[in-house]
Amino acid sequence: MKKVFQRPEVLSDVVMHYCPGCTHGIIHRLVAEAIDELNIQDRLVGVASVGCSVFSYNYFECDMQQAAHGRAPAVATGIKRVHPNNIVFTYQGDGDLAAIGTAEMVHAAARGENITIIFVNNAIYGMTGGQMAPTTLLGQVTQTSPYGRNAETQGYPIKVCEMLATIEGTAYVERVSVDNVKNIMATKKAIKKAFQTQIDGKGFSLVEVLSTCPTNWGLSPVESLGWLRENMMPYYPLGIYKEK
Amino acid sequence: MAIRDRLSGNEAVAVAMKQINPDVVAAFPITPSTEVPQYFSSFVSDGKVDTEFVPVESEHSAMSACIGAQAAGARTITATSANGLALMWEMLYIAASSRLPVTLAVVNRALSGPINIHNDHSDSMGARDSGWIQLYGETNQEAYDNLIQAIRIGEHPDVMLPVMCCYDGFITSHAVENIELVEDEKVKEFVGDYKPEHYLNNAANPVAMGPLDLQNHYFEHKRQQAEAMKNAKKVILEIAAEYEKLTGRKYGLFEEYKMDDAEVAVVVINSTAGTAKYVVDQLREKGVKAGLIKIRVYRPFPVEEIAAALSKCKAVAVMDKADSFNAAGGPLFTDITSALYGRVDGVKVINYIYGLGGRDVKTDDIEVVYNELLEIVKTGQVKSVYNYLGVRE
Repeated sequence: MKKVFQRPEVLSDVVMHYCPGCTHGIIHRLVAEAIDELNIQDRLVGVASVGCSVFSYNYFECDMQQAAHGRAPAVATGIKRVHPNNIVFTYQGDGDLAAIGTAEMVHAAARGENITIIFVNNAIYGMTGGQMAPTTLLGQVTQTSPYGRNAETQGYPIKVCEMLATIEGTAYVERVSVDNVKNIMATKKAIKKAFQTQIDGKGFSLVEVLSTCPTNWGLSPVESLGWLRENMMPYYPLGIYKEK
Repeated sequence: MAIRDRLSGNEAVAVAMKQINPDVVAAFPITPSTEVPQYFSSFVSDGKVDTEFVPVESEHSAMSACIGAQAAGARTITATSANGLALMWEMLYIAASSRLPVTLAVVNRALSGPINIHNDHSDSMGARDSGWIQLYGETNQEAYDNLIQAIRIGEHPDVMLPVMCCYDGFITSHAVENIELVEDEKVKEFVGDYKPEHYLNNAANPVAMGPLDLQNHYFEHKRQQAEAMKNAKKVILEIAAEYEKLTGRKYGLFEEYKMDDAEVAVVVINSTAGTAKYVVDQLREKGVKAGLIKIRVYRPFPVEEIAAALSKCKAVAVMDKADSFNAAGGPLFTDITSALYGRVDGVKVINYIYGLGGRDVKTDDIEVVYNELLEIVKTGQVKSVYNYLGVRE
């Protein structure tokens, strides 16, 4: 019988710890597929973040280093400078990348570090139980914004791709989503392009993936996908923000 | 032939780094350590080293990048002071527990607040239990020699721990002194190549660095870390013996100055030892049996050796250039008294906190300390254990 579907080689054969309906699993698979297709597994080093994706080293079959909260781009800088021919990526959520690790992310981009960042944005702190993140939308209810995020007291959600697009050091920045099949296919293409950017030595690449958190949003997985489309997409428009 | 030169402490350390030729230096400037990476960056620009120099945006990122680089199999060095070291705090523990022998020059400066750029030891004393080996140096020569030896100590397979080489801000870092440098090729031969057993992207031996380590293994890993620190004491002495063969300069866990028959002794760290040695000489001329111990290796702390060295003294003053705010005494005092406990009885030990925020410490001040010790010997009475020297109150 002809094999038409299989687990990507770089994805471990283990049960993931993510909640039902969480889109991390899809994104992990897309990253793994891109790596397989580019045939870079043997020279791949990943840096794990802190947050829901802390266990990514259990899921990717490559050398991984755990970074302290938010510091993955700085750790990746060290690895990449030692092994410039290796492919170095970080996999970070919005609590890790857009809050405590903003400086590391911005300055790795400003230095034009030839690394790839997969940035998963679900507009909330997932692992700690649903508190407001810098990416939380105005009006969005979380554990620490029970009446909805209020701009007067809690400021505005950070648009990472738009911010990075202004930085000379970035080579490729795109925002994608995994809310439907068409967008999932586009996400795969973007992740592959980000790794290709690094392979070609062009510099810093980041793919922001709009993602869901059914558990902390208090919605079913299907409702969550709808909420993402209706609320996140208008504020975080999909598209390529930088391409050198 | 050794090379005679005159250099500031920071220049000497930068020259040691040039001779070591590390794979990666990631750094962020902070007074008074700024010159170290700055001098070093000129060696990079002039093509005198093969180092990848990464000027990052903060000390936190400097240590993060060093950790990434060292994990990737590179020999890595950085430098910092005071609040820079404080910002590295989180990463200090991660470097130590990941058993990554990063080398760090700490140019001692008072830790804010209040903000102050001058010398005391409140920065590195705070990091004394971070799992790093701590070496202290009195002079430019010692700062230079310690850094070269630190590479071998940290990378030794029985140790595999990061090493901090501390020396006094401005007093040692900026003052120019005569120095004997080792020839480049001899330093290269002494430090050798960095060949870690495990490193990232070694296809033959895949690894995960620093993953989550819960109830089932965390404790065992910390226990191994503690054992490595114990092993370090022997390794430090072995490396020192090898270095002595190369340079003729002798290093131990601490320096004993006129301690053979000393009845009163001061224990001190870094540059103040130079001032205190002068006072010891003056007192000796008057027939006073005064001695001095200068700590070189503070972590691991040489408890048995210190206890033996102080066992014949009648009264000892431990001088701390940092306070502990424990309402009981400075960090060195606590360690010395606990080293003596159960090993040596009958030695009266007092503590002086001195020189905070760069307050000048003169020979007159040190004389006050020895006079108090002599008074204790004479009367057998300790008036006060926990004291301050040179403060207005």
